[in-house]
Amino acid sequence: MTTSLPSPSSGPVASEHSAAESTEHHPDHRLFGLATFLVADGMTFAGFFAAYLTFRAVNPLPEGAVYELELLLPSINTLLLLVSSFTFHRAGSALKRDDRPLCRRWLLVTAILGLSFLAAQLKEYFSLPFGLTDNLYGSTFYAITGFHGLHVTLGSLMILIIWWQSREGGRVSSQNRFPLEATELYWHFVDGVWVVLYGILYLL
Amino acid sequence: MGTLQLTPRIITLFIGIALVLVGLWVGQNVNLLPVDASVNAPLYDQLFKVLFSIGTTLFIGIVGMVVYSLMRFRRRSGTVTEGAAVEGNLPLEILWTAIPAVVVLFVGIYSFDIYDRMGGMVPMHDHSMAGMETMHEPEASGPGQKTWAGISSVSVEGQPPVAAVPIEVTAMQFAFIFRYPEADIISGELHVPAGQPVSLRMTANDVIHAFWVPEFRLKQDIIPGQPTLLSFTATRPGSYPIVCAELCGAYHGGMRSTVIVEPPEEFANWVAKNSPVKATPASATLIS
Amino acid sequence: MTLSTPSNLADTQEHLRWQRYFGFSTDHKVIGLQYLVCGFLFYFIGGALAGALRTELLTPISDFMPREVYNEVLTMHGTIMIFLWIVPVVNGAFGNYLIPFYVGARDMAYPRLNAVAFWMIPPAGLLLISSYFLGGASQSGWTAYPPLSLSTAATGQVIWILSVLLLGGSSIFGAINFVATVLKMRRPGLKMMQLPMYCWAMLGTSILVLLSTPVLAGTLVLLSFDIVAHTGFFNPAMGGNAVVYQHLFWFYSHPAVYIMVLPAFGLVSEILPVHARKPLFGYTTMVYSIMAIVFLGLIVWAHHMFTSGTPPWMRLFFTIATSFIAVPTGIKFFNWLATLWGGSISLNTAVMFSCGFIVNFVFGGITGVALAQVPFDIHVHDTYFVVGHFHYIVYGGTVFVIFASMYHWYPKVVGRMLNEPLGQLHFWLTFIGLNLCFAPQHWLGLNGMPRRVAEYDPQFQFINQLSSAGALLMAVSTLPFLINVIWSAYRGAVAGDNPWNALTPEWLTSSPPPEHNWHGEAPLVHEPYGYGLKSPAAS
Ligand code: HEA
Ligand code: HEA
Ligand code: CUA
Ligand SMILES: [Cu+2]
Repeated sequence: MTTSLPSPSSGPVASEHSAAESTEHHPDHRLFGLATFLVADGMTFAGFFAAYLTFRAVNPLPEGAVYELELLLPSINTLLLLVSSFTFHRAGSALKRDDRPLCRRWLLVTAILGLSFLAAQLKEYFSLPFGLTDNLYGSTFYAITGFHGLHVTLGSLMILIIWWQSREGGRVSSQNRFPLEATELYWHFVDGVWVVLYGILYLL
Repeated sequence: MGTLQLTPRIITLFIGIALVLVGLWVGQNVNLLPVDASVNAPLYDQLFKVLFSIGTTLFIGIVGMVVYSLMRFRRRSGTVTEGAAVEGNLPLEILWTAIPAVVVLFVGIYSFDIYDRMGGMVPMHDHSMAGMETMHEPEASGPGQKTWAGISSVSVEGQPPVAAVPIEVTAMQFAFIFRYPEADIISGELHVPAGQPVSLRMTANDVIHAFWVPEFRLKQDIIPGQPTLLSFTATRPGSYPIVCAELCGAYHGGMRSTVIVEPPEEFANWVAKNSPVKATPASATLIS
Repeated sequence: MTLSTPSNLADTQEHLRWQRYFGFSTDHKVIGLQYLVCGFLFYFIGGALAGALRTELLTPISDFMPREVYNEVLTMHGTIMIFLWIVPVVNGAFGNYLIPFYVGARDMAYPRLNAVAFWMIPPAGLLLISSYFLGGASQSGWTAYPPLSLSTAATGQVIWILSVLLLGGSSIFGAINFVATVLKMRRPGLKMMQLPMYCWAMLGTSILVLLSTPVLAGTLVLLSFDIVAHTGFFNPAMGGNAVVYQHLFWFYSHPAVYIMVLPAFGLVSEILPVHARKPLFGYTTMVYSIMAIVFLGLIVWAHHMFTSGTPPWMRLFFTIATSFIAVPTGIKFFNWLATLWGGSISLNTAVMFSCGFIVNFVFGGITGVALAQVPFDIHVHDTYFVVGHFHYIVYGGTVFVIFASMYHWYPKVVGRMLNEPLGQLHFWLTFIGLNLCFAPQHWLGLNGMPRRVAEYDPQFQFINQLSSAGALLMAVSTLPFLINVIWSAYRGAVAGDNPWNALTPEWLTSSPPPEHNWHGEAPLVHEPYGYGLKSPAAS
């Protein structure tokens, strides 16, 4: 039927090597892919939360075990993260306006906020009256906050990398905003998860 | 016009009726289950018959359709004909959405009626254990602790409620241990009186096991940390296998015991012979 | 259409070099075939393990292998068959090969992610099998219920967890690709409701993967903490709760059964119209019923736990929800019957396997609806009745569809036809073997034989031997298939581009297809099922 038409330009060898080739033909769907992945990632947290809530509903705290949480530090942490979402957003709009120095400044602020969150989280870990294997609630607490902390660590690292790459002559620019936008989406997601986590683990 | 016209619609109706009749016949006449030895076993068998009838009707109908289509609409080799370009038919589609929906709803409600009559929907009051704490030292996971789920005892229809014989079951790799708290008997075999409700309170020491007596049509997991309850009334004297149905390690397949259903007098004798507690009011209630 | 030689076997030879199949290729067709061949290799391993199980069960006593080994073999059999055979093949292999054609694209949305997803599978499989040699494989069944999984050989269990985590990750990456490709990569002018049904099936499946697999991953991480770090999430001895694991596990593993079967539904919807020369009946209701199955599939998991200490209201809810899955599934079956009805059916092997699928799946579906009834399930849970139920569905259903698809698409992929008489032989051996093997198991379950046992009561011996004979027949049936696939690759009749006269887009290019799928623009197919005595409307 259509066999007589010639093959498309690029030969088999060329396509094996140029990675960008396959995205040339169609619009960039990478952010969509990331969003899809975050849905899945969110389900991991949802599973953890469901487990925690079920434990709460049916498993009494073993005799003699303690599970006490202070509210001050985590509340400050919540604030830190919320502000960092805002600062990241500022960085993004600055890049759109091609104001690279401003963008980098906001990025740095965001990274510092993220790292302070981690520091505060560690401080909380060391001041808690229970350890990882002490009881069910301790284990669950560390597993959930730890998993979230991993996300924050990864995010902070990525922010620093973008900060580095957005220097003069770097890869990230108003023409190539994908790395920044992807990290931003991810960062908002991590913040959103924290808000839920804060509500369930600390306030409930 | 007085003559009956065999329109496709009428033929379909006849085939449908015939199928239902075949299904009913098969459901009523094929017996795939072991003997029934508890009050709820006949209930189960009744449900089984209904499910089997519906299943047979559906299965024969659909297989019939497939085979008929393949034979009737088979393409003669060599010819290259096309079928009819029919893409859908709303009334038909509504019909075959509605019929399964009705069937499934009926089955669901019916099986819940059965389940209710088996005692599955009765809340876990666990009263059979209530008076015991005063009599015996509660063990680590003994009475008084929350019972998680299972099947409560129900009275036999048309008879006044009878107190259930309480029995504690401990499962471990790879054995069942039965304890009669009121008579203070510990046994590797389960003895129960025929015609009197029995209430098993089950705990596991290591991993999850399951208590299953095929002739009673009853099964309940025995879960460490979460005592479960299983009540039944045995009806047919005899001995039946108790099977562990949950994978619990290498010897899972060998984790067996026996339940011996005895007429009440024989059961009372067995209790009397084995019990260190002689003629206390508690053991007397067992015999009543 | 050129009939003398496969149209461009010669000029496509370059990209069909066998070496490509062992490398990191980003071509969706190569990746599809990598999934397929890899899957078949694991199928033979899983099948050999099943053979070992059935050999042990020839006698009531445990004599063929030690009891621990029996448990290892049964765990490996279940894990390999599900995670390394059915899921990768019915999603990864056919999805990758077909979806870009169906949406009119030259590749998947993220080709490199796609290759990464595939290359997670062979290491995961090898890792899993390696546990045999590293102190023994997992012995706790494919469900890995704690506390048993906490007390059996720890190394094997941890390796099992790692392997399943890798496979789950692969599955999630694959799903991201499918969702993006179906939603975002459609050729301009092609609407969602004009897509071939397999695209919808894969969209639904991918939604299930995205929503449920991460929960399994999280759960297995917690389980590994329990083993390695001695936490007590699921360990009652430490105040944990073993039943919560079951909820989390089945929250994934019930949807997983639809992950194993929805793509098969999609493939059958592609195969039947072509060979019956009729449009797919009820396209729109098919789409809605897929989505209904996805939704219901997410809220029925506790039907695996009716005897686990679930409260009565939960049992009520899950019985009703589960039973209702029969409605959308039934719609699909009746639509297929209506597609056959009045057609001009070519009784080739692809159709035989598709119809075999319908027959077997209806059987397994009916026993499934019976199992969904709490009082019924209480007797047969964890018995051979359940084993019979799900083998009718996974083998009689999904594996049959995989075979049907092999016969249907082989000409496209290889450029040559498979041999028909050998195909018919393969079908009949498999069909008889399946029924001989798994039908008697229902009786075993009803009469008192639990599953996962290496020893059983002597009165069950004869029926078990029947079942083993059926398994042998299934193993034998693989022979004509293998011979056929290999022989036909060299000697089969040349297929031509479109031997079935089909209208779906993959047939509108050469066989095998060229590097970028089309020689020029991708065709715009508005009516992929425009068969029948109306003029077909492909442009
Ligand atoms: C591809 C895999 C697959 C599929 C599609 C299904 C489909 C179904 N399954 Fe199955 N199932 C498994 C694989 C699968 N299952 C596995 C692997 C296990 C065991 C896991 C383990 O413990 O190891 C299992 C176990 C299992 C159980 C638990 C049993 C137990 O352990 O005690 C139950 C209980 O409800 C169940 C029910 C169902 C139902 C209702 C369907 C429905 O989706 C079926 C719907 C289809 C039909 C009904 C047929 C077509 C419909 C019609 C023709 C319409 C008319 C029909 C009616 C009105 C009834 N399955
Ligand atoms: C998903 C797919 C799938 C498939 C396709 C199969 C296919 C088969 N299964 Fe399996 N099975 C499961 C999934 C599957 N199974 C699962 C999930 C379990 C539960 C595990 C658990 O409890 O944890 C299970 C459990 C299970 C049991 C229960 C074990 C027990 O509880 O003790 C049995 C017993 O008969 C069995 C048998 C078979 C047989 C005979 C086949 C046959 O159809 C296989 C036929 C194929 C072949 C034989 C391949 C051909 C191979 C060759 C040609 C190579 C050489 C072969 C030999 C040397 C024999 N399976
Ligand atoms: Cu105890 Cu199986
Ligand atoms: Cu299920």
